[in-house]
Amino acid sequence: MKGLKRNIDKIKPHFEKGGKFEKLHSVFDGFYTFLFTPNETSRSGVHIHDSNDSKRTMITVVIALLPCCLFGMWNIGLQHFMAIGDPDRDLFRLFFYGFFAVLPQILTAYIVGLGIEFIVAQMRGHEIQEGFLVSGILIPMICPVDTPCWMLAVAVAFAVIFAKEVFGGTGYNFLNVALVTRAFLFFSYPSKMSGDNVFVQLGAQPAVDSYSGATPLGQLASSDGATTLTNILGDPLSATDIFFGLYPGSWGETSTFCILIGAAILLLTGMGNWRIMLSALLGGFFMALIAHNWASPLYPVSYLTPFEQLGLGGFMFAIVFMATDPVTACRTNIGKYIYGALIGMIAIIIRVYNTGYPEGAMLSVLLMNCFAPLIDYCVVNSNIRRRQRRITIKNS
Amino acid sequence: MNLKKTFLPLFNPLSKDNPVIVQVLGICSALAVTAKMEPALVMTISVTAVLALANVVISLLRNTIPSSIRIIVQLVVVAALVVVVDQVLKAWNYEISKALSVFIGLIITNCIIMGRLEAFALNNRPWPSFLDGIGNGLGYGIILIIVSFFRELFGSGTLFGCQIFPESWYEAGYMNNGMMILPPMALIVVACIIWAHRSINKDLQE
Repeated sequence: MKGLKRNIDKIKPHFEKGGKFEKLHSVFDGFYTFLFTPNETSRSGVHIHDSNDSKRTMITVVIALLPCCLFGMWNIGLQHFMAIGDPDRDLFRLFFYGFFAVLPQILTAYIVGLGIEFIVAQMRGHEIQEGFLVSGILIPMICPVDTPCWMLAVAVAFAVIFAKEVFGGTGYNFLNVALVTRAFLFFSYPSKMSGDNVFVQLGAQPAVDSYSGATPLGQLASSDGATTLTNILGDPLSATDIFFGLYPGSWGETSTFCILIGAAILLLTGMGNWRIMLSALLGGFFMALIAHNWASPLYPVSYLTPFEQLGLGGFMFAIVFMATDPVTACRTNIGKYIYGALIGMIAIIIRVYNTGYPEGAMLSVLLMNCFAPLIDYCVVNSNIRRRQRRITIKNS
Repeated sequence: MNLKKTFLPLFNPLSKDNPVIVQVLGICSALAVTAKMEPALVMTISVTAVLALANVVISLLRNTIPSSIRIIVQLVVVAALVVVVDQVLKAWNYEISKALSVFIGLIITNCIIMGRLEAFALNNRPWPSFLDGIGNGLGYGIILIIVSFFRELFGSGTLFGCQIFPESWYEAGYMNNGMMILPPMALIVVACIIWAHRSINKDLQE
């Protein structure tokens, strides 16, 4: 490590002002601060620095995502070998099958996204921001396992440029970049993003006879009333299966158990906001309760109990990892409650009452992202008005 | 110099004073008719014809119109011209007329037309008004054609209905981008054109 630092310090002058590679300063700086804590100090006035800079924030979120990520890879392998009727359930065999299935997507997302960030940082003379560290892993996790890499590359480029860089880069995006990527894929290539054939990777092998690749929510959406949810071989799904996520879906989001571990990490380290998570959970539960109470065959998803509603699909993943994104969420505390509750309710409303979309978590978070500044504005202004009234009462 | 000044109303709207990307008028129809190139082209011709003729008529009448009822007079003139265009299209090119459906009728409400009548034709002689109408119609058309080029190429893989991307691409896994067909993408393409245009013309940056 010492030797590495000595070598890097030796080439450092080339990248500073007046040096040979002055233009590449931000690239150098990005790698340098990734490896070492910068030794620059403030030059004037008194500053209080939190050691919790944005790099550490991002890495904490990535760590919180790891349980979902590892479980998701194992689940890809499990669904694959179940579908082709292979009885061997060796842990590492399943895991590495899934790992190699999603590795190209993860690499694509990082290379394209970070590439654009590097280029833009060079062009503007900014330092490289770490914002894409989290988005890069989130993006493959919320897409079906069979998404072609070129589609992912197009969508990532679109999202990073139009949702983030044109608004000023990391910290200025008003929409969640990972969700914009997914929304772009969803509306551009619907046949690759929904339906019964995209969530389980079959490879070239033929599936067993009883196989159906429909996700639980997909099965319901195409049924005409209350049905028993089944796994891909037609066996009924138990409550524990739903809780641990042993069903097909976008690979990062199926396991409620792993998401709860991630949520605990986020809450204990103070990275995620409990107000948003709690109010979204309650909002979703409340809406699911209403839907379940007035269930009708017209909207088959309404037959799910509230606990099944929360456990299935991307709902939990969206409220833990997407809704709590500090850049796109509300800033005021009251605003956070409103924002979270509306995300939860709208997600369930779309899922139940819009039969065209089996899952509504993505759309509800994006919709509320747009409304977050308005909610903040109203909360701040009502506070100002309240205090003004108090002053006038006191003075009169 | 004098010649340049005479033709200013014709050339200015093509880029520096473009009705869509600088004045930001007529966005609605730019979203609606640009999924394919052919309707976009027909729309361009229709709007240019209506705009040029309406400009000339209003310019001729400009000293006789009482200013309190000028909007109604303008509407009557534009509506008459639009009905003519609609009938001509129905007679000669029924397919396109079907594809454009209500949007031909909605030329009446196109902000560019009312905007040019109010801003130019009411204060200028017929000949400059005619040039202004042609210029603004073409300026609108250029944007429509650019937007529809990208939307049809990436949304359907065709241009003017002819297949551009070879079949082998589709077999290799290429897919048409369904979002390009949807109106939001037209907005993003228009935004990109504005982006490029303003980075070239720095004096337009606010």
